[in-house]
Amino acid sequence: MASRPYGKGLRALSITTVAAMTAALALVFFYAPLEAEQGFLQKIFYVHVPLAIVSLCGFVLGGLLAIQHLRTRDSRWDMRSYVAIHMALIFGLATLITGSIWAKGSWGHWWVWNEPTLVSFLIVFLLYATYQPLRFAIEDPERQSRYASVFAVTAGAFVPLNFIAVRMSTSFLHPRTLSSTSNLPGSMGFTFLVSVVAIALLYATLCKYELTVKHTRAQVRALRRRLVAEDSPARGRSAAPSGLPEEEPRPAPGPDGLAPGGQRFGSAPGTAA
Amino acid sequence: MSTAVDGGAATAPERSEQSPARPQPAFWSTVAAVMRKELLVELRTLESVPGMSLFAVTTFVVFHFALNRGSVEGDLAAGILWVTLLFAAILGVNRLFVADADQGGFDGFLLAPVDRAAMLVAKVATLLLYLLALELVAVPAFSILLLGPSVGPALPGLLATLALGDVGVAVIGTLVAAMAVRTRSRDLLGPLLTLPLFVPIVIGGARCTAPLLEFAHRSGPSGRWLATLGVYDLVFGLLAYALFDFLLED
Amino acid sequence: MIATGLLAELPALPLHTAGKYVAAAYIVLFAMVLVYLAIISVRMSRTERELGELLERLDGDQPATPRQADREPGAER
Repeated sequence: MASRPYGKGLRALSITTVAAMTAALALVFFYAPLEAEQGFLQKIFYVHVPLAIVSLCGFVLGGLLAIQHLRTRDSRWDMRSYVAIHMALIFGLATLITGSIWAKGSWGHWWVWNEPTLVSFLIVFLLYATYQPLRFAIEDPERQSRYASVFAVTAGAFVPLNFIAVRMSTSFLHPRTLSSTSNLPGSMGFTFLVSVVAIALLYATLCKYELTVKHTRAQVRALRRRLVAEDSPARGRSAAPSGLPEEEPRPAPGPDGLAPGGQRFGSAPGTAA
Repeated sequence: MSTAVDGGAATAPERSEQSPARPQPAFWSTVAAVMRKELLVELRTLESVPGMSLFAVTTFVVFHFALNRGSVEGDLAAGILWVTLLFAAILGVNRLFVADADQGGFDGFLLAPVDRAAMLVAKVATLLLYLLALELVAVPAFSILLLGPSVGPALPGLLATLALGDVGVAVIGTLVAAMAVRTRSRDLLGPLLTLPLFVPIVIGGARCTAPLLEFAHRSGPSGRWLATLGVYDLVFGLLAYALFDFLLED
Repeated sequence: MIATGLLAELPALPLHTAGKYVAAAYIVLFAMVLVYLAIISVRMSRTERELGELLERLDGDQPATPRQADREPGAER
């Protein structure tokens, strides 16, 4: 069964992403007006908040893909879920760093508790940071995918609830300072929208990239296993799923010891491992 | 390739073909049976509840020295109470499925023609009872050792808040315990997974409890936060019910 | 030229303070992408090497096997 190739359309997507990011950068620095209170520092808003939005959506997407995996038991969905969460975690880390830079610039502290986006991100980050250790701690691959999917669904449901809870808790203390997206003037709003689209495209491109590479490596491993009947040299266990749908059972060798198709199973004599 | 996911229902028809006179036990009687087993084991071995209670009391003492205070009120009191309860709960969560995992309890349950969700409900209820027992010790200890204002007038609101919070802790604790118990580093992963998931409960619980524990201007828990706790409990209850099957099958 | 164009657009600002932070934030974004590209390139070169080994193995084992049309790894859809 040939797996659907992931690399298809990657080039078009990458080009679109480059165009969108260039457009976003141009808009941020040449078109968007300066904000009254924070001045030039406010430009971080156009990278920090889109990163946050895309990352949160990525986590929820990981949960949705995990539901698909649990429903169909197709390991490809598990790989997609893994990549979505992995990439969202990286974008989440970037969110935290850019948010911290913004806080330092605005308030002089590297961390502020009165910014609910940042705070709930920290909690979500801490939760998803356990995703890979969880996968790593389960050796049986089928159980690993299953448990990871259960985790992904639970955590995906947690993300919006946590966001709401943290937001409710901070509104009493201080007014939100950093990321007010509610009343943006037209030009800023447009710039913001383009930035969100650009970061979302970046996320999609990087995910597709990752899926293609993983899938290719899995196919190479499968090829190696079939051709020389041995596995790739162990490079240490990884938490990542293999991503190939279960291989069909090998056809039984025919009467002359050769499998259909003329390939010999078992290493040929003289081949070093 | 794919195993039956619809719980015990798939196994029941097969069983009834083989042994015709076997009706599937009712859901609640299964729950009761599992709970009875859990509570019997706990009563005989006294593994979880005494440890949790002792931990809570000791933690209050530690807090006294750490904060260098003899009496706390308001936000600080609510915070100390909730943090202590949560960490004590994690001790109970860690032990919840250990016996099942180590001694074949999972397999035994899977072989029986029962609805698998019954195990979830039974374990959640058991953990809830452990938490209530814990609070029976911890709340009086807290009011004696650290709490400034008297706890009497706060009790109704406090009990309501604790009840809602406990349900959430029990549901999340059971789900995470089931996930973590059959991994290699179960004692580490359990707390790591539960603590972030507990944060909204801490937020809601502490916000509700803080106005109850003031010297002056004592007021009741805000309905808004109680509702938040309730919604959180409901969402995760449903989620756990939907996902538990996937953790049990092998 | 771009820098002067940039400065011309913006009014007098404490660029030496705010500018550093904004630059840092955007650098984080680019660093992330570039680091990721580096990781991918390492992995891809490893894959390429493995494929090459497999091809050699195949040629070594069965010289009589009709070779499939030589396809570059990247062109494989």
